[in-house]
Amino acid sequence: MSYEGWILLTGSLVGISCGIVGCFLILRKMAMLADAISHTVLLGIVGAYLISNSLEGIYMLIGAAIVGILTAFFVQLLHSSGVQSDAAIGVVFTSLFAVGVILLSLFGGKVHLDTDHALMGEITFIPWDILEINGIYLGPKAVWMLGAVLVLNLIIIFLFYKEIKISSFDPDMAVALGIPVLFIHYLLMGMLSLTTVASFDSVGAILVVAMLIVPGATAYLLTDKLSVMLIISALVGVLSAFAGYFIATIFNVSISGSMAVAAGVIFAITFVFSPTHGLLSRWLARKRLQNKSA
Amino acid sequence: MSETLVSIWTDANTQWVLIGTLLLGLASGLIGSFALLKKQSLIGDAMAHAALPGICIAFLIHGAKSMSWFIIGAALSGLLATFFIEKIIKLSRIKEDTSIGLVLSVFFGFGIVLLTYINHQSKGNQSGIDDFIFGQAASLVGADVKLISAVAVLLIIITVLLFKELKLLTFDPQFAQGIGLPTGLLNGLLMTLIVGVVVIGLQAVGVILMSAMLITPAIAARYWTERLDHMVIIAGAIGAFSGVFGTLLSTTTKGMPTGPLIIVAATIIFLISMVFAPKRGLLVKAIHQSRLRKQVAREQVLQTLYDFTEQEYVQYKVGNGFHEQQIMKKRPISISMLQKVLSSLEKEELVRRTGDALWCLTEKGLTEAYHITLRNRLMEVYLMNEMTYAHFNIRQDQSMDLLQLPEKVLTELKQLLKQYGREPLVLPEKMNAGKRSYHRYASIGGK
Repeated sequence: MSYEGWILLTGSLVGISCGIVGCFLILRKMAMLADAISHTVLLGIVGAYLISNSLEGIYMLIGAAIVGILTAFFVQLLHSSGVQSDAAIGVVFTSLFAVGVILLSLFGGKVHLDTDHALMGEITFIPWDILEINGIYLGPKAVWMLGAVLVLNLIIIFLFYKEIKISSFDPDMAVALGIPVLFIHYLLMGMLSLTTVASFDSVGAILVVAMLIVPGATAYLLTDKLSVMLIISALVGVLSAFAGYFIATIFNVSISGSMAVAAGVIFAITFVFSPTHGLLSRWLARKRLQNKSA
Repeated sequence: MSETLVSIWTDANTQWVLIGTLLLGLASGLIGSFALLKKQSLIGDAMAHAALPGICIAFLIHGAKSMSWFIIGAALSGLLATFFIEKIIKLSRIKEDTSIGLVLSVFFGFGIVLLTYINHQSKGNQSGIDDFIFGQAASLVGADVKLISAVAVLLIIITVLLFKELKLLTFDPQFAQGIGLPTGLLNGLLMTLIVGVVVIGLQAVGVILMSAMLITPAIAARYWTERLDHMVIIAGAIGAFSGVFGTLLSTTTKGMPTGPLIIVAATIIFLISMVFAPKRGLLVKAIHQSRLRKQVAREQVLQTLYDFTEQEYVQYKVGNGFHEQQIMKKRPISISMLQKVLSSLEKEELVRRTGDALWCLTEKGLTEAYHITLRNRLMEVYLMNEMTYAHFNIRQDQSMDLLQLPEKVLTELKQLLKQYGREPLVLPEKMNAGKRSYHRYASIGGK
């Protein structure tokens, strides 16, 4: 596959994984937790490097998953000890991120990890970091990692679809039905951290947030059915990746940034023109009602 | 180290930077308190991220690095982001958290796009805009710091002057509107104040961590007081201290960004507050809770022993005392807790050991247990007939002590107790009018 093809594939994989996980975050009103975890993942990656002394993807995944779940746990802990939830998120992620940045500036000099990379990702380098087994060319490592995480996410969602769905829409009923709500919560947090860290290399820690929230929010305005929402969200993710890439090549700017902007534009269009929940359709409906009553 | 410290204190530029971060910390603690109490902490996060494209556009228009242009650009795009967040919540079914995250990430993405555009244009990082991401107080020069300090002082003055109005807006917006305050205007003003703090903090603390400057000092201060005026002062002090501390550490260590250090300092103060604060701290709460748990266990054990004693007393039997297992079967209490309670009761001479894991009440213990049992059983009766006695409002009272009720009601309740057959039958010595005395049922008899 061509250089361009690999970048598009990577971007699309990020779009699909983040889009799917993002839907649940939006429904569970935990979008800001995604923001928090995408920041703290940095600490997990730096920590994993400092402990294992290598930049292998698997260590990064483990480190990030641990810190991601810790973030969710700390937020829960502060919240249950009386701190209001928005402040709890704010305190936890900023402090863990700050520690991550400090460690990075103390020890990061020797690694190719640096703060810019952490923020913006290096999707342009993805096609050169290839996986070879016994001399057989297998394509970029990032694609394999993202693919694996996507498959894992899909398996988890497939296995626990009903449980996740009920506990997202009606947590009280889920408890009454005996669904382990807390387990589902941390399962989702684990999925979120894995997705975040796998996407981290290509779109950067902070822009993962855009991919997690914007496609899901767009889909939320287009449908009332969870399964449809998941599919639309994944499609919007892919579409933003493609559109973002072409914007970036035309203006010669950051690819990941452009993907976020493209997602934002798609959301804005949906916000106005969505057939059921859009501004325009609701305005038309109101007009029609006025005419009828007049 | 000491030499560098001396050089810092004597270096004019560093002195200005320290004053700047001190004022910045003060202002953000002050204004952050209001943001926190209005549950708008994360709006600050969105504003900070959203400031990035504003800064870049200001740079593109002006063509050079200029603090005043940056502040204007950042403020405008921050306010625009707030506007979008509010409109999305109002005009669609998207909730607040999603709306904040959405606007934040798209604005930031756009900022990154512009940033790479600028860096490609001006060959490398000469624009110095990169410093805005993590903050680099050391890169501030005199004029910038003076501008930052001036804005910070202005923000502090506005907050202090409008303190009463903002307080009312925070705690009771409806009442504020009722007495004719322009709440819409004040809300806008508060948003502008938040944007103001965020914007002047960007260069020192950075886009990503600026929100923590608003949240962390305020939430730490919340632990120490219940009063807004105290909270604002404490938060300001914490903010100022963290600002100065972070700046000092960052200027002595090469290549260390200032923002994270400031935030870590603030977080440490937060953690200390959370654990050790005198009223709301975790430590005090834990001590209080364990004391309460012990007291409840003590009452439960005494009452259980009383219940057993009563059963024997009625059946004209004298046993060998009561086994620990027997108590545990009746009350949810762990063996270690039970033994702790029993041994402390033994020290108080309220219970007596009658064999291996066997216990009975002493005369003194019986008196104590009698009162506990009477009170609890009265409570049962009271709850069964709550509507009759509703006007006494016992439940609102913290103590719920029924023995404090008027004599008449108390006799009525005792009458009911008798009707239900729940009257405590074994009486302590001095209340015992000619009946069998307790002392292990005074060798049974009496029939």
